[in-house]
Amino acid sequence: MSPVADIPLPVALIISACLLGGALLTMVGAIGLLKFKTFYQRVHAPTLGSSMGMMFILASSIIYFSVSRGALVFHEVLIMVFLTLTTPISLMLIVRAALARDRAEGSADVPHVDAD
Amino acid sequence: MSALVLSVSISVAQLMLVTAMGLYLFRMIRGPRAQDRVVALDAFYVTGMLLMITLGVRTNSTLYFEATVVIALLGFATSVALGKFLMRGEVIE
Repeated sequence: MSPVADIPLPVALIISACLLGGALLTMVGAIGLLKFKTFYQRVHAPTLGSSMGMMFILASSIIYFSVSRGALVFHEVLIMVFLTLTTPISLMLIVRAALARDRAEGSADVPHVDAD
Repeated sequence: MSALVLSVSISVAQLMLVTAMGLYLFRMIRGPRAQDRVVALDAFYVTGMLLMITLGVRTNSTLYFEATVVIALLGFATSVALGKFLMRGEVIE
């Protein structure tokens, strides 16, 4: 259950720093999602976790498995590329849907377009 | 020594990720409107995926990688479907 002991201490420190940095960024994003006032402010916060937090944690996984297996293990790059491509797509879909909903009910918080 | 450093930092990182998931869950339950809940769900699955990667590092096993890929794929499909539903009221027209 425990991590292998034969990885050098400097490498372990680098892996730990990457893990803690990524987890901290993700938690800061979650606090931001909870604390901000309006929806359009809130939608920015979680992308901290799904961009840089994801990069740091996947980088620590790549370093750990490459060192402990003694060969380059980089299949986590697949997830990095996939999430980097899909996160903006899904967030743009959701925010445009929210904008359409706000406009449809005549909210005063969003700019309106003339129906012509 | 390095095993101790790794296990402590993995535990702390998992604690932070679980805290983040709890905050997302809170926003998902409370969230004043449907779009808040959908954004919280989108962030929730990404954080669960990161938690599974740290679990893979903790147990020194690459088996969790496949589960991670499945979570990423299904989560994107979920977000797109929910965004379409928010926009139109129907997923497939």
